[in-house]
Amino acid sequence: METAQKLNDTAQTNPAARMAQEPETMNQRIPYPERTIGKPLCDDPKMSMRNVDVFYGDSQAIYGVDLDIGKNEVIALIGPSGCGKSTFLRCLNRMNDTIDICKVKGSFMLEQDNIYDPKLDVVELRARVGMVFQKPNPFPKSIYENVAYGPRLHGLANKKFELDEIVESSLRKAGLWDEVKDRLDQPGTGLSGGQQQRLCIARSIAVSPEVVLMDEPCSALDPIATAKIEELIDELSGQYTIAIVTHSMQQAARVSQRTAYFHLGRLIEVNDTNTVFTAPEHALTEAYITGRFG
Amino acid sequence: MSKTTEQVRKSLKARYSSEKRFRAFGITAVAFGLLAVVVLFTDIISKGTSAFVETYIQLEIHWDPEELGIDDPTDPDQINVADYDALIKAALRERFPEVEGRLDRRALYQLVSSGAGFKLRDQLAANLDLLGTTQTQWLLADDDVDIFIKADVEDRQSKRLPEVARPWVEALERDGQTDIQWNASFFSHGDSREPEQAGVWAAVTGSFFTMLVTLALAFPIGVAAAVYLEEFAPKNRFTDFIEVNINNLAAVPSIIFGLLGLAIFINLFGLPRSVPLVGGLVLTLMTLPTIIISARASIKSVPPSIREAALGMGASRMQMVMHHVLPLAMPGMLTGAIIGMAQALGETAPLLMIGMVAFIVDIPGGPLDASTVLPVQIYLWADSPEASFVALTSAAIMVLLAFLITMNTLAVLLRKRLERRW
Repeated sequence: METAQKLNDTAQTNPAARMAQEPETMNQRIPYPERTIGKPLCDDPKMSMRNVDVFYGDSQAIYGVDLDIGKNEVIALIGPSGCGKSTFLRCLNRMNDTIDICKVKGSFMLEQDNIYDPKLDVVELRARVGMVFQKPNPFPKSIYENVAYGPRLHGLANKKFELDEIVESSLRKAGLWDEVKDRLDQPGTGLSGGQQQRLCIARSIAVSPEVVLMDEPCSALDPIATAKIEELIDELSGQYTIAIVTHSMQQAARVSQRTAYFHLGRLIEVNDTNTVFTAPEHALTEAYITGRFG
Repeated sequence: MSKTTEQVRKSLKARYSSEKRFRAFGITAVAFGLLAVVVLFTDIISKGTSAFVETYIQLEIHWDPEELGIDDPTDPDQINVADYDALIKAALRERFPEVEGRLDRRALYQLVSSGAGFKLRDQLAANLDLLGTTQTQWLLADDDVDIFIKADVEDRQSKRLPEVARPWVEALERDGQTDIQWNASFFSHGDSREPEQAGVWAAVTGSFFTMLVTLALAFPIGVAAAVYLEEFAPKNRFTDFIEVNINNLAAVPSIIFGLLGLAIFINLFGLPRSVPLVGGLVLTLMTLPTIIISARASIKSVPPSIREAALGMGASRMQMVMHHVLPLAMPGMLTGAIIGMAQALGETAPLLMIGMVAFIVDIPGGPLDASTVLPVQIYLWADSPEASFVALTSAAIMVLLAFLITMNTLAVLLRKRLERRW
């Protein structure tokens, strides 16, 4: 009874938890593959996850996922609503730690380091694995302070000019510098939605992370702002490893090199983006990308 | 015209009239409230303003060393204990030589406030050359004279001034030997049995120290409790139980907190009675629930996305709270604190229980000096029989309101400043 209550509380804030409670009615006719189809692993992984199970209380949100994320690649995680892709993404920098009832099992490696090693400091992890959220969430501070927050927090810049440099280069990388250079002292919340999201990207790359996780970064934006963000992801892809969760298959096709298709907590198929969208191997993947559900 | 349109038209009339009715109710309620405020303020101001001035009587004081009983002016003891009232009595006898008989004389001497002698003493102590000279002095009048002088001529019959003394006062008035001056002592003295000497300053400082203790304890403790409960505490039966209890505490009658303070702080811990420290502790207990509840509400209203952003940037929970949640929640917390402090400032009942109702003349110098507070002073004066205390009560209420308004204005300004940082 108490667990169910907690579960309900979480479900309101976490889409993945909401999913986990829903009965599995979707396309029961098509069986899940025994193991992930395609190429979930790669030769030179930045991050490698094995046997990942995630539970919200008693219900399981992710079932035995194996996946590698290659160096400097953009990998798109797609799937119908509540398939566990966001939950999976949030495991990669331990953002799920903040949810009391969330239990994560399996091994998560960031290069040689075990992410869930109790000795590993979560602060250090999040400096290495940055995150951009679904809704633009700049701090209610100035644009400058928004970008400078991370470097300051981690002591990356000791002098004012170093900080200035980091802020400028981050804003440049995020393609926002020209738009905001004259008003760095104005509130970040006063920018347009697309600008805010680019500010959030600038904020997360200001600490020079190795991996950037993006949780549906464009779902709250209009097409023009979306196009700008996608361009930005393209530009960043050479320097950072990016994992992006998206609802838009076109977006996945445009920005990613590899695509992973999740279905009800299972990783069905991982392949080169081209392959997934032109010749999906599994029937569920095909059903999803042809729009039979989702 | 279709059937639907017709139906809608019919219902429109009822809808409009109900809207009008609702608006009329609203306006009536607001007007009633305003009227009540206006009546209250006019009543208090009309009664209270006369207490801000008081009557003085002009007399010819002859500084006679013999009458004073001083043979060695260099001895401070002699200056201190000298009989200054004798000078005043002599001056009164001189002004009204026709008054004879013991009873009449006594009535005559009572024209001047019993505290007037202290003024003469201070003057002499400051200037010994006065001895032997004659001087015109303005001396504080007794409260009965004060009320009589301040009253309109047709109202004077009803005043308490003895029948025999009326012609004397009228004579003084006629000769320009009475004057109404600014009542400075009201803002510099403590309580007194004599209304003309009673002041509100002891109560103001008492209130100030009490509020200081309350604010210094209740705000940090309340905010810390709210932050812990909202951001760090696990959600389980125990924290639910704590939450229910905090809500219950907010509804406990304040006199219970007074009893608690009496039992714990005074009897158990042995703190002194009647002091602002204990008053502040008791009021802290009383205001804590209010502050915790409002602080929790304002912490809750900080969007979770800000928390995620901070955590995602690698901030620890503590940093998240300190850098983002608290600054955003601060205006709301301050509002709660203002409400709590305003409540505490006006609180009388719990302070009665810990002895702050004592008759205290001295101005307290710190939170460990016996003192009273403004609402208790108002209660004490409202309870006093002398007619002059009516005006004093209203004047003290005005001071209390001014205190409250100043405090709230400060807090609102502070809040505005914090809010401007978006």
